[in-house]
Amino acid sequence: MALLQISEPGQSPDPHQRRIAVGIDLGTTHSLVAAVRNGAAECLPDEQGRVILPSAVRYQLDEQGRTRRQIGFDALHAQAEDPLNTVVSVKRFMGRRLADLPDAGKLPYEFVDQPGMVAVQTVAGVKSPIEVSAEILASLRQRAEDTFNDDLFGAVITVPAYFDDAQRQATKDAAQMAGLNVLRLLNEPTAAAIAYGLDNGSEGLYAIYDLGGGTFDISLLQLSRGVFEVVATGGDSALGGDDIDHVLADAALADARIDTPMQALSPHDKRALLVAARRAKEKLSTDGSVHLACALSGGMLSVTVTRERLTELAKPLIDKTLAAVKRVLRDAKVKPDEVKGVVMVGGSTRTPAVRDAVGAFFGQAPLTDLNPDEVVALGAAIQANQLAGNNVQGELLLLDVLPLSLGLETMGGLVERIIPRNTPIPSARAQDFTTFKDGQTALAVHVVQGEREQVEHCRSLARFELRGIPPMAAGAARIRVSFQVDADGLLSVSAKEQLSGVEASVVVKPSYGLSDEQVAHMLREGFTTAAEDMKDRALREARVEAERMLEATRTALAADGDLLSAEQRTEIEQLMTQIGQRCDRGDLVALEAATKALADGTEFFAAERMNRGIRQALAGRSLDQI
Amino acid sequence: MNIDADDFTLLGLPRTFELTRAQLDAAWKALQARVHPDRFAAEGGASQRLAMQWAVRVNEAHQRLKDPLTRAAYLCELAGAPVVAHDNTAMPSEFLMQQMMWREALEEAGTAAQVQALSDEVTAQRQARLARISDLLGADAASLERAAEAAQEVRALMFIDRLLEEVDTRLQRHEDEDGA
Repeated sequence: MALLQISEPGQSPDPHQRRIAVGIDLGTTHSLVAAVRNGAAECLPDEQGRVILPSAVRYQLDEQGRTRRQIGFDALHAQAEDPLNTVVSVKRFMGRRLADLPDAGKLPYEFVDQPGMVAVQTVAGVKSPIEVSAEILASLRQRAEDTFNDDLFGAVITVPAYFDDAQRQATKDAAQMAGLNVLRLLNEPTAAAIAYGLDNGSEGLYAIYDLGGGTFDISLLQLSRGVFEVVATGGDSALGGDDIDHVLADAALADARIDTPMQALSPHDKRALLVAARRAKEKLSTDGSVHLACALSGGMLSVTVTRERLTELAKPLIDKTLAAVKRVLRDAKVKPDEVKGVVMVGGSTRTPAVRDAVGAFFGQAPLTDLNPDEVVALGAAIQANQLAGNNVQGELLLLDVLPLSLGLETMGGLVERIIPRNTPIPSARAQDFTTFKDGQTALAVHVVQGEREQVEHCRSLARFELRGIPPMAAGAARIRVSFQVDADGLLSVSAKEQLSGVEASVVVKPSYGLSDEQVAHMLREGFTTAAEDMKDRALREARVEAERMLEATRTALAADGDLLSAEQRTEIEQLMTQIGQRCDRGDLVALEAATKALADGTEFFAAERMNRGIRQALAGRSLDQI
Repeated sequence: MNIDADDFTLLGLPRTFELTRAQLDAAWKALQARVHPDRFAAEGGASQRLAMQWAVRVNEAHQRLKDPLTRAAYLCELAGAPVVAHDNTAMPSEFLMQQMMWREALEEAGTAAQVQALSDEVTAQRQARLARISDLLGADAASLERAAEAAQEVRALMFIDRLLEEVDTRLQRHEDEDGA
């Protein structure tokens, strides 16, 4: 036992009080996990010292017919030889239908067109993008747990600011499937700004230009004393460095005078050519000219590519990103020279042509000091540390906006917008509708997301029916449809007939055909828990949850215990004691019940504390004004 | 403090039209710093739910007061003269005439400069009406009479804003064409 404990200022004196919280950048081409250690955020390396985990999962069957997986570099190396069963860039498929993938023909997979979300047929069965993403997340979770030799308290997972509800929900589901407690979904550009420490005293407008492998995001952030306000976001969730690989591969075929277009190549050849194109592109960031060579089934492909040629090929794609930048500036009514700084994120911003074009557009050199691959994970780690309550002095507060408008289908296939994009979240809105036929007893509610007027051009998020409306004359019923968007940008919708009180509601689990039971089944099949007994795991998780609840209550009592009467305090303390006893006994059901009892029993206390907080906020302000 | 309090009380601001964006933003951020669900991420579901309700309410109040037009409409409503009253929605005929002339001008405008000139004229008119609203709903609590007059101005501004939106779309089209 340590006799003397020395702690740095700002650090928790008791290491056991410190909760392990990580930030995860679940990227298109690669993923990273980072955590705050010794006061600074750093990416956690694997056993070989590599921080990057390629977002690649290969499925195989062993002799007994059991599923085997390779994740990361191993999978990536097998990509060219086993393209059908090696899923890369899976982020592009999250929450997407087959029809949403314009370049599906160029990809080497056997897609399964499932309702709501596309899936990939592998030797080990049909794999949904959620499941594939969960493999990657579980691998990173394992890495973090090994690093700290402890369970994780929770994780902040980053998503492109442009992700719609279906994509965010899919990401959250993947994290839950991987056994992670999601503290928050964080927009990637916001994470990047945090990593650059722009929360420390930076004031003004900042643009975050994020060109990753598969997504392009541009965000405008307004910073003032620790508050990050996302003013506007835009971009293209199907545009990225992978596209540069594609045009380079196309050009290499043309230059080598091979008549076969990309789409007609075998999956193996396609993959090999794309890998070679990506390598050539990366080398051209430092070299003026490279040799692109690749063995195709029809013979050897070998061409020389110069940096000028790459710049020329990439120009239409870079211009597309700049057009999106212009749209966002126009949305926010801002001129390029009003932007105080530009942060570059994503491996594709290493390409000199990209840096030059962005610098020219804004009339200033962009910020490139941090490793563009790591920035997002680092920022997420800082936020995770704060959310876990490790940084009590932290004043970091992120105020986010809804990335895409939410609405309902009305007569004639038109969209009635309920919450416009760029509305600060969390947010709630309600709108009244009525019946259009005499005696109509049901109303179909179709929730969509997007900016277009016509339903078919928007993303369908959910459909549900409000039934049991008492028969009335057309137009007499008053049906209030309420939308609620939480801080992660996730939506729930409810409908209620005001006169009769008939109600229906859905948490918008987008219709990608995965029910909770299916998720549970996939969990049981268990890649995350292969060796673990499910029951032990459930009990362990219940204990963690109980411990979390106990700690929160202790903190609350210490801070605001004076709000309680003596009896109220005794009651709460009894509930806490009960949890302690059941924790030791190992009865799962009883423990869960006790935790819930404490949660319910402290609800009024939480309300009182909230009120006090608000009174203090108001009092503080009037003092400022004096 | 009550979650059902009016927007001004909630944000701790005087009930007047004369509020700066800086004042509103400061009040909004100070309050969100207390109630945002992220402040309770390490606590139980009950706190999270409550925080969510408060954060939603604070955002709603800020959104409404931030835009001068919705702020004016809200003040009218608080003073007993709601803008979308079923009676008294008819606009004065000279205003309707003016609207028609502007719309004709927009249709006939062929060059970006002409559209810009129209935009400037309508914007000037918008400023004038906002100044009038500011007079009517400024410092002191507005009387019903003054609120009713302000409500009329708000209705006029709603027409004007719709027109300005169309003018903007036209301007952007000109810009895009020049850019291409």
